[in-house]
Amino acid sequence: MTGTVTASLSAQPFFAALADSQREALAGDGTAVMVAAGERLFDEGGVADMFWLIELGRIALDMRVPGRGDQIVETLGPGTVLGWSWLHPPYRWQFGAVARLATSAVAFDAPSVRRRCDADPAFGYAMLRAFTPVITERLQATRLRLLDLYAAPHQLSHADIGPVNP
Amino acid sequence: MTGQRTAQRTAQPTAPPAPAGPAAETPAVPRFYRVASRREDTADTVTLELTEPAQPVPAFAPGQFAMLTAFGVGEVPISVSGLGDSGGGRARRLEHTLRAVGAVTRALHAAPPGSLIGVRGPFGTGWDVASAAGRDIVIVAGGIGLAPLRPVVLSALADRSRYGRIVLLAGARTPGDLLYAGELERWSRDGVEVAVTVDRADSAWSGEVGLVTALIEPAGLAPGNSVAFVCGPDIMMRFTADALAARGLPASRIRVSLERNMRCGAGWCGHCQLGPLLVCRDGPVVSYDRAAPLMRVREL
Ligand SMILES: Cc1cc2nc3c(=O)[nH]c(=O)nc-3n(C[C@H](O)[C@H](O)[C@H](O)COP(=O)(O)OP(=O)(O)OC[C@H]3O[C@@H](n4cnc5c(N)ncnc54)[C@H](O)[C@@H]3O)c2cc1C
Ligand code: FES
Repeated sequence: MTGTVTASLSAQPFFAALADSQREALAGDGTAVMVAAGERLFDEGGVADMFWLIELGRIALDMRVPGRGDQIVETLGPGTVLGWSWLHPPYRWQFGAVARLATSAVAFDAPSVRRRCDADPAFGYAMLRAFTPVITERLQATRLRLLDLYAAPHQLSHADIGPVNP
Repeated sequence: MTGQRTAQRTAQPTAPPAPAGPAAETPAVPRFYRVASRREDTADTVTLELTEPAQPVPAFAPGQFAMLTAFGVGEVPISVSGLGDSGGGRARRLEHTLRAVGAVTRALHAAPPGSLIGVRGPFGTGWDVASAAGRDIVIVAGGIGLAPLRPVVLSALADRSRYGRIVLLAGARTPGDLLYAGELERWSRDGVEVAVTVDRADSAWSGEVGLVTALIEPAGLAPGNSVAFVCGPDIMMRFTADALAARGLPASRIRVSLERNMRCGAGWCGHCQLGPLLVCRDGPVVSYDRAAPLMRVREL
């Protein structure tokens, strides 16, 4: 089983920053899982004790907005990692997650990975180097979406805050 | 669209040609075309099919643009969004997809079938799709940017065996703002690898939500053997081109389509200057190795 997970990790660029031995160690905390379309992986506010490397399928991150139901804020596809809230206290999910398509993934036991990071700083640093670019990229993408770049002038009127450096 | 720019000495506008020779060859005079059909693509965007020119302008290549006149209102640059009919090297039928954002585009948007529109052109550089022969074609569109890229898809499909994969990644504001929804499905059935994402989903949307750059990684591109065609708002193009370059696609094989305010469209007035470029003449399609430094500068 660990061999299959190791192969999965090696096939994904996400963990390219890890040395072979580190990927092998990480695979020890991973399990191959199938998630059916419509199945909920976690709810906002729940304990963040897992993260997933998505191999196939699509997961939606959502948030419950009173009066508007579950609003999808972003979808994640193959090659991406779902879940960062396990990295730092209070280890609670900031969003919910639900499979939009049948999804295959590697699910990781987050507390165990955390203990491994604490015990082996080189491994912890490599994990950080794997996660940081993705966190940065998604933060940038969120900022760009805030700019509402595709909006026509009439669609912008409510949100137009004017030039920052006139 | 950015604001007006003051002319610098680096770009050299050329003088308008002397009014010699047949009037048919000067781009200074708009030709009359009739609106043959008007298709509403989204709430604010239409595709106009223009035909029956008494004096057709020369044929357009994908990526080039026309100056379209709404008589009595004004003139704006609009790219061709179809392959049209170029019998005898003349544009006998043209397609333009335009979004109503201001006075002129609103007037063009409202033009009913049978009405007359002025056309000057063709202007600017094209996508040069043929230069991607033997390689994968990667098309990345943001919003109305899909319109100038539609002829890239159509010409690649018309000559399918010349190219490798055809990958189309499109971002829209909402599902309702997505252009050519029916055609995207048809292209997908024809073997184009289509992926679409929206900034804001509604409850009926089952596809991706996020920035168009998030579609790049899952597309599994072969950067060593791809040519990219990117069109959308400046910032979207910059982030997309940077994301493609970060995955190994050389900037010289990433093409972007620049937008600047235009007046003459023909390299005479200097209105569209961007550093050393006159966008109407040296663009709008420019390879990213040339465009990147200019796109990063706040004001030139
Ligand atoms: C080479 C080139 C090709 C183009 N191709 C197309 C095309 O295929 N289809 C198309 O719909 N448009 C296209 N455009 C953009 C189009 O030319 C402008 O939308 C148009 O000039 C606006 O003129 P207007 O008089 O209607 O509005 P204006 O009165 O000039 O502008 C009204 C408001 O809209 C804003 N605005 C202007 N342009 C845009 C824009 N592009 N996006 C968002 N807001 C804008 C202005 O800042 C202003 O606030 C192209 C532009 C260039 C330079
Ligand atoms: S020089 Fe006149 S619009 Fe480009």
